[in-house]
Amino acid sequence: MCLAIPGKVEEITNDGLIRMGRVNFGGVVKNVCLDYVPEVQVGDYTIVHVGFALSKIDEETAEQTLRDFRELGMLEEELASEEEAFARAAKSPQYPCPDCHPNDKDPSPGGPVRSCSSK
Amino acid sequence: MSEQAKPGAPDFSNWSCPLPLVGYPTIVMGHGGGGKLGNELVEHLFLPAFRNPALENLGDAAVLDLSAGRIAMSTDSFVVQPLFFPGGSIGELAVNGTVNDLAVSGAIPQFLSAGFILEEGFPLAQLAAIVDAMAKAAATAGVKIVTGDTKVVERGHGDGCYISTAGIGLVRAGIQVGPHRAQPGDAVLVSGTIGDHGMAIMSVREGLEFESQIRSDCAALNGLIAEVLDAAGGAVHAMRDPTRGGLASTLNEIAHSSGVGIAIDETSLPVRPDVQSACELLGLDPVYVANEGKAVFFVAPEAADSVLAILRAHPLGRDAARIGHVTSEHKRMLVARTAMGANRVIPIQIGEQLPRIC
Amino acid sequence: MKYLTEFRNGEVAQRMAREIHSVATRPWKIMEVCGGQTHSIIKNGIDQMLPAGIEMIHGPGCPVCVTPLELIDKALAIAAQPGVIFCSFGDMLRVPGTDGDLFQVKGAGGDVRVVYSPLDAVELAVKNPDRQVVFFGVGFETTAPANAMSVHLAKRRGLTNFSLLVSHVLVPPAIEAILQSPGNKVQGFLLAGHVCSVMGYWEYPPLAEKYSIPLVVTGFEPLDLLDGIRRTVIQLEAGRHEVENAYSRVVTYEGNRAAQQLLAEVFEVTDRAWRGIGVIPKSGWRLSKAYRDFDAELRFHITGIHTEESPLCRAGDVLRGAIKPAECAAFGKECTPRHPLGATMVSSEGACAAYYNYGRFLSAEELASAGSALTGATHV
Repeated sequence: MCLAIPGKVEEITNDGLIRMGRVNFGGVVKNVCLDYVPEVQVGDYTIVHVGFALSKIDEETAEQTLRDFRELGMLEEELASEEEAFARAAKSPQYPCPDCHPNDKDPSPGGPVRSCSSK
Repeated sequence: MSEQAKPGAPDFSNWSCPLPLVGYPTIVMGHGGGGKLGNELVEHLFLPAFRNPALENLGDAAVLDLSAGRIAMSTDSFVVQPLFFPGGSIGELAVNGTVNDLAVSGAIPQFLSAGFILEEGFPLAQLAAIVDAMAKAAATAGVKIVTGDTKVVERGHGDGCYISTAGIGLVRAGIQVGPHRAQPGDAVLVSGTIGDHGMAIMSVREGLEFESQIRSDCAALNGLIAEVLDAAGGAVHAMRDPTRGGLASTLNEIAHSSGVGIAIDETSLPVRPDVQSACELLGLDPVYVANEGKAVFFVAPEAADSVLAILRAHPLGRDAARIGHVTSEHKRMLVARTAMGANRVIPIQIGEQLPRIC
Repeated sequence: MKYLTEFRNGEVAQRMAREIHSVATRPWKIMEVCGGQTHSIIKNGIDQMLPAGIEMIHGPGCPVCVTPLELIDKALAIAAQPGVIFCSFGDMLRVPGTDGDLFQVKGAGGDVRVVYSPLDAVELAVKNPDRQVVFFGVGFETTAPANAMSVHLAKRRGLTNFSLLVSHVLVPPAIEAILQSPGNKVQGFLLAGHVCSVMGYWEYPPLAEKYSIPLVVTGFEPLDLLDGIRRTVIQLEAGRHEVENAYSRVVTYEGNRAAQQLLAEVFEVTDRAWRGIGVIPKSGWRLSKAYRDFDAELRFHITGIHTEESPLCRAGDVLRGAIKPAECAAFGKECTPRHPLGATMVSSEGACAAYYNYGRFLSAEELASAGSALTGATHV
């Protein structure tokens, strides 16, 4: 029972009885009751269900969540299987081993991390 | 909430005998009676708008000169509510819908009939606006409205105005298209964004209205289709305009008629962002939402790229896209690959898609 | 759409699924309670992306599905009365009563209208003082604040022609009922994210403790669902049973205080019959004494309701997660979306409808081969 979508508050009015707002959902605008979210101001994003804003979207948390999601599975990808990793390494440029070259800066973002293959 | 502008009073100044009509700003039972009032409606409203020799004879039937060959004939009825919506009215729908049915059958649309069922009390100004829209649409499409009829039903027994049409066109020589002709390997192309019309209607539907820039895509496609057929000819196996029931219903129908499976990539479906947003708001799926100015093409794979180029070069096909192909797997079923990389079957919908909150 | 589209990124989803594959070492059964989550899982094929051992059991989180048959029949009777404007969310229109549905009542001349918000129904009451406007207030805690506000406004405006037909159901008692039912196999729950945006999740730690079960507040988009599942699996693998919030951009521990305040004023807890399951004590809300005047059940004294469920319908078993829709003998045969026997086949979020509409009557092999027909590549 939960079809609620995020929208941006563009305008707030108080018709005397309840606090209403014009909320923009990706180009579609509806009048929404904002009585339950007194902290929401113009410019804020809010979750709306059947014409009622239920919660302010914490944008910082949203961005952080997305960053966390993007990172998930990245490590998995890199350590997929030994053979895959070696095959990929054979094709990609050789990065100096950090153990043997401690003064080198971070060789490459996202590149495979390997210990010195000479060992 | 956007209030769709209702038309103002028609310009009676160029009507030769406007007085009796002016005295009746709304439709009355007499207008359907075939007598003086009905005649005046024809003379002062329909004739001037649809002006052409076949109509002006005012016979019981229009006598037309058609070359020999295959004749395509279509019929349709239009009952849309509200009558006026962002991007058009029942008038354009009636003309363009009929033209499109003929065009996707490989015919050059030529002649239309228009039957009106009007509700007692229907404002004449609205009828005039509808007729004017029809005249303009017919001129744009290059077709003539050559015969018609008017009946009036009692107040409360109609939705203001219903329009019923029939259309006649000459099928192009050498063209064989039909819903049963799709073949495994065919590319599936759509001429533009889906869901525009249905969501434009929703935006002005009582209880569900919302503000947006969404307009109906109502348009005559015969020009676009002629260009495609000129270039690709027999490589086009099937064409259809996905109206009620949306793209999903049309693709399912063709899959069924042709006894094939159709596989599409959801991420390739062209959808306007605001149409997508409106669908999210109401819990609707764009693949089931009506269109009134789009066509799907089933094209032999070697011709697909050139057909796509032709579509995109045309004003009505700017957002055309290749969305999938025909397969001999999962016969009679439409399967879509989702953005997640998983597969889902898209069945033909049961009844009208209703907004949901769950 | 901002804060929606980003959470549907296919590439990120596939990586997150791989992460779940890497942390799961044993089979686990997880239930999502909310029907909106069921719908999203099936439509997006999230369950197809999970390791074979992780089974998603679809719970009774479809308020449309669990609205008691008797109440549906009362709704049909009220809607058929002359002078009534019966307003409802679209979801309820095709739910079968004993004899027909709201759509059919509309066809027979009843004034049945689909609205987006209960406030639209209040407006109709204001605009039509000579008609009785009834709103079908069905839902979990997510929808209750909207219904509460509508009846609160009606009271403040002194409307005598507005009433609410109430069937609110609550999530925590449902979860407890499932955990207590004999033969329960559910080992972890995804909590309904939007319900929690209203109620918070302070009600759940005692449940997690009592039944030693992980509970994760989860959203609705593919990435949110995958994250909720991932966290549940990690807890299960580690033998933990805590309440976690995987929807923190929207949900807080306390929830929406303003909403909870009005809810406490307008509603009171009551026992509720759940269609297909039976009575769960203290699992519903009805209008409180101060608002009893606006109760449509009292305003329209409907009598002579004789309810009768189809003997073939196993919606209850589906709702409790005891069987999958395809395991019901009537699935796809006597019972289809066109001729539904029970609510789970009608509601867009009912498990049976979801399975049918998204092709789960295909065997796993058929669906997989459909995939290779598309691109030649297998998924995940």
